[in-house]
Amino acid sequence: MKLIIKGGRLVDPASGRDEMTDVYVQDGIICTRFVPDKSTEIVDAAGKLVAPGFIDMHVHLREPGYEAKETIATGTAAAARGGYTGVACMPNTNPVADNRFIIEFIRKRAAEEGRVSVYPIGAITRGSRGEELAELGDMRDAGAVAFSDDGRPVSDAGLMRRAMQYCKMLGAPVISHCEDQTLAAGGVMHEGYNSTILGLKGIPASAEEVMVARDIILAAETGCPLHIAHISTAGSVALVREAKKRGYPVTAEATPQHFTLTDRAVARYNTAAKVNPPLRGEEDVQAVREGLADGTIDVIATDHAPHTFDEKNVEFDLAPFGLVGLETAVGLVWTELVHTGILTPLQVVAKLSQHPARILGLDRGSLAEGSAADITIIDPVFTQTVDPEQFAGKGKNTPFAGRTLQGLPVITLRSGLCIYAA
Amino acid sequence: MYKHKDLMELKELTADEINFLLDTAVPMKEVISRPIKKVPTLRGRTVVNLFYENSTRTRSSFEVAAKYLSADCINISSAASSVAKGESLYDTARTLQSLGADVIVVRHPMSGAPHLLAQVVKAAVINAGDGTHEHPTQTLLDLFTVREHRGEIAGLTVTIVGDILHSRVARSGIWGFTKLGAEVRVCGPPTLMPPGLAQTGARVFYRLEEALVGADVVMMLRIQKERQQQGLFPGLREYSRLFGLNRERLALAKPDALVLHPGPLNRGVEIAHDIADGPAAVIEEQVTNGVAVRMALLYLLTGGGAHSEADY
Repeated sequence: MKLIIKGGRLVDPASGRDEMTDVYVQDGIICTRFVPDKSTEIVDAAGKLVAPGFIDMHVHLREPGYEAKETIATGTAAAARGGYTGVACMPNTNPVADNRFIIEFIRKRAAEEGRVSVYPIGAITRGSRGEELAELGDMRDAGAVAFSDDGRPVSDAGLMRRAMQYCKMLGAPVISHCEDQTLAAGGVMHEGYNSTILGLKGIPASAEEVMVARDIILAAETGCPLHIAHISTAGSVALVREAKKRGYPVTAEATPQHFTLTDRAVARYNTAAKVNPPLRGEEDVQAVREGLADGTIDVIATDHAPHTFDEKNVEFDLAPFGLVGLETAVGLVWTELVHTGILTPLQVVAKLSQHPARILGLDRGSLAEGSAADITIIDPVFTQTVDPEQFAGKGKNTPFAGRTLQGLPVITLRSGLCIYAA
Repeated sequence: MYKHKDLMELKELTADEINFLLDTAVPMKEVISRPIKKVPTLRGRTVVNLFYENSTRTRSSFEVAAKYLSADCINISSAASSVAKGESLYDTARTLQSLGADVIVVRHPMSGAPHLLAQVVKAAVINAGDGTHEHPTQTLLDLFTVREHRGEIAGLTVTIVGDILHSRVARSGIWGFTKLGAEVRVCGPPTLMPPGLAQTGARVFYRLEEALVGADVVMMLRIQKERQQQGLFPGLREYSRLFGLNRERLALAKPDALVLHPGPLNRGVEIAHDIADGPAAVIEEQVTNGVAVRMALLYLLTGGGAHSEADY
């Protein structure tokens, strides 16, 4: 099985290459130039960018337990349509992915029905209750790539410290959803002028920053690699910047919603904009963009969080947090960050592919010879208006409906096989 | 003119719209001063009071307003309805729509619930207080009351005291009085003060004495015991000492200052009894005016105003 991607612009941050060149694939592997024969498939990539397959290191696939929201089949179909070849899924399923059997189940379902590669993340504590460590080593051996109590942050600093000591031994990163529950206490949106006039309970920036600071200190002390999930405030960006300057093993991710939208999106009680961490203020959005530009923020991830129509069609206080991101992320990245000159294509591809692969220890994120031919092809001028009804995923809960995006994935290849074509 | 389908919040209204509502309430007040308080204006119309929260004065005020206008009025409280069986607001709204409601008056413990309702139904929706968002009809009756005494709102200084953080009355009050040209001051402990108030045009005070100096109107808010249990302030005794309105403090305001309270009162906590029952207090007038203002709203939201004044 041979394939040539012709006439495109290769953007491969792992090798630093950004040049016009053809890419050759044989049997699902990137290979050296060969002479095409009759059976060789040709993909015309003229005017397009050819990048190592994107990896979203923060998604909720909802299976097992919440299949009305999403399944491994639909979530990975959404990923393929969004230009991703791999996703890391969070453990807040039902039951929680806090033991080897759930990790194995997810991997088995992904092998059967997954359109993209699925990398399970295990829970740090049993049931993500924050009381006692889950069997982290056993889960690592079963294929968990990282550990997180996403959505239910470990409040007990002593327990978090032990989790980090343990994960240091395993060589697996801890991914921290930073939110001090006593400060967030029942909040539903960013605390500020907009929460005041809407009469909604605010989540102050300090709720995130206090725990970012705590976890950075613990990472420095234990030496465990710490990845800060969905960073949302100017203060958090500054803390991570300082941690990196000091050489601590800390990385961070930002989501498209946090570099695009402010808390004004919540106006008129739009539950599609109810997300945790909440959409913040203008300065926070600016700070996240600066953090992306100067390398403080390593990764762009979506925190893809599908919910059903009925779950979101309720009073704002009752609606669950979360929005879907897999099918809008790349378009938002190109529209908001690349076309605006904030990041170069090499920089964004690093944040969408090379860096998540490196942080999770995956043999992906590069188009060097011998690599798996996981490839995302982007058309930087292709323009489309977001229509949730066209989503491959089950969740239609997006605040970006109706927004016009320019720069979208047009072909996604996994091990040389086409898993999505526009 | 009032062109909106609903009344959600005062924030979205113009000064002209607010004044028009208040002007329309004037002849309504005349109606309720008659021995036979009934006009046929809304005969054949249905007003639904949908209350997800306990309320005495607001619910009965709307009910009386509807009845004085000859509308049919249905009261639904969440405890005795399908809501108790877990029906969503969305489905309740569709049911009320199908029953043929012309106006739905909704009180709800969660901010924004009336917006959700208004998006679903064709009926006019009146926000009778939603969570900590707004209570627009309360402020309309406050404005009406103050206007009756002072003729005009513009140029007045209005001091709102208490739990601003959780108060929908305070939010509507800030918008309503500010839009009509008053200076609004808010005062309370910082733990009960929401952020960003300066952007609304209100001035924030933490010392009641300073906030009261030269005030034309003093609005005292109810402090809930529950907030103390949440640890938001140390206790009612201290609260009363720092933020309670008594005779000495009221003397700092203008000599003819009016004292308002949306009720229910915590006598001896936010307001001393001799103030609540004294000459400056207009608390009972507020209740009467509430009926007039709500009659005006029901009339306008059911297409009134397009008719001649002879209709009422």
